[in-house]
Amino acid sequence: MPVELTESDRVFLHGERGDAAALAMRIVVEMAGVSGAERLIDVASAHVDGCLYHGLAGLEFAERLVAGGARVTVPTTLNVGYLDLLHPERYRGDEEIASNARRQMDLYVAMGCRPTWTCAPYQLPERPAFGQHVAWAESNAIVFCNSALGARTDRYGDFIDVCAALTGRVPLAGLHRDDDRRARLVLRLEGVSERLLASDALYPVLGHVLGKEAGNDVAAIVGLPADASEDRLKALGAAAASSGSVAMFHAIGITPEASTLEVATAGETVPEIVVSAERLREARGELDTAASGRLGAVSVGTPHASLAELERLAALLGTDELAVPLYVNVGRDVLAESDRRGLSASLGSAGVRIVTDTCTYITPVMEDVDGPVMTDSGKWAWYAPANIGVDVVIGGLEDCVRSAIAGRVLLDETLWADG
Amino acid sequence: MGPALVLEEPLSFWGGIDPETGEVVDVRHPQHGANVTGRILVMPSGRGSSSSSSVLAEAIRAGTAPAAIVLGEADPILALGAIVARELYGKVTPVVVAADPSLRTGTVATVTATRETARIES
Repeated sequence: MPVELTESDRVFLHGERGDAAALAMRIVVEMAGVSGAERLIDVASAHVDGCLYHGLAGLEFAERLVAGGARVTVPTTLNVGYLDLLHPERYRGDEEIASNARRQMDLYVAMGCRPTWTCAPYQLPERPAFGQHVAWAESNAIVFCNSALGARTDRYGDFIDVCAALTGRVPLAGLHRDDDRRARLVLRLEGVSERLLASDALYPVLGHVLGKEAGNDVAAIVGLPADASEDRLKALGAAAASSGSVAMFHAIGITPEASTLEVATAGETVPEIVVSAERLREARGELDTAASGRLGAVSVGTPHASLAELERLAALLGTDELAVPLYVNVGRDVLAESDRRGLSASLGSAGVRIVTDTCTYITPVMEDVDGPVMTDSGKWAWYAPANIGVDVVIGGLEDCVRSAIAGRVLLDETLWADG
Repeated sequence: MGPALVLEEPLSFWGGIDPETGEVVDVRHPQHGANVTGRILVMPSGRGSSSSSSVLAEAIRAGTAPAAIVLGEADPILALGAIVARELYGKVTPVVVAADPSLRTGTVATVTATRETARIES
């Protein structure tokens, strides 16, 4: 059954809005066919990932769009690029790649996208509203948008993201639809200590378990504390979108479409999995690729740090000196606020290396490390070994800071005991 | 057409495959070190990054991509990478869904597909 198109959709397809717009609509329509959507819907905004350089194909796609007169028709933010434009001296990679990467970033700005360069667009002043349809790419942003904000995006990737921005249209499919948003699986935390439930260290590890168990299904998590912060949900979702393809989860009593389990599952009976302290300990082992006490560096802020996380980092550091490099990745909008408050200056004096517009595991900005890198991010731990060739150890932010000061891996193991 | 490579777990193309060489670089993946170039890649589903479409398109451009991808469940992100590579380069890499293709690593198979249907023969 071919997808039903409006008069406006046809105007785009027939090239009346330009060649780039026609290509974009062709791709949206073809993707509608892939997902079996009956029709297209409008989106209120877009978050585009295609600005990150992966090789010539992505660059050539962007060139073709700009040559065809591409202009976004909805407010569009940009994900991290390959370069820290505010600290270019940090870059330690190939110059030709940097030049291609810069060109690709510039092309997306030329299309009218806002140069936000962040993987955490939900930390920008304007956020999608509950129930609002948007077209977001970037796996961690997708899961946060759906789960924590209750806005509606399907799992968009490079290419379709900008096509949605250029046309303002996406297939009515996947997580845009009520039925696809209900939980098909329950993860029930049992026998986990109160201390661990209250610690940020739990969330990337639990997210890793969620990714492994749910795959791309929507799951409901039972047993998280009602006051779990957005930053903790962010960490959970980012890990789940890496070890799995989670695009949405419910945290019962916390996220907006999950006041109760009955609501989250729409009253259906679904399979249940118990997540014990033992399973969480196993998950830590799956995320770690090194166990030694040696420590080469610490990297936090994946996804990009919030202001609250920067404040916590500064508080944990106090006046202590770092024995190994500590990097924090942050978006330039949050950085600007941090600058205004003098927080960036405090962190800088403490020796913290602030990285912006990009992330330490996707671009060569970290100095050669002599030992494993510790992180509080399940996503960073997942991708860094293959991307930048380091070993990783996962811990909470407190563990990371204590370790960075001591110059070796220090972990509070008591957190992970059976509760 | 090509020899099948069966992945026991889903694999993210971004961060999981090096498009310059076709090698599986995901350090935690059971088939870490295998090479997908010219293979009929069989896997339960996609995984992870929304940038996998770019990496697949880049692999197709570079000539390191699988000859076809057979998924247990649909992954629109991989289909997208193949669609755009076809737009840009005219190269066709079928991405199809088959719940139980009964292919083993090494078996030579042929995948032919239209927008609606696919045939896998070995």
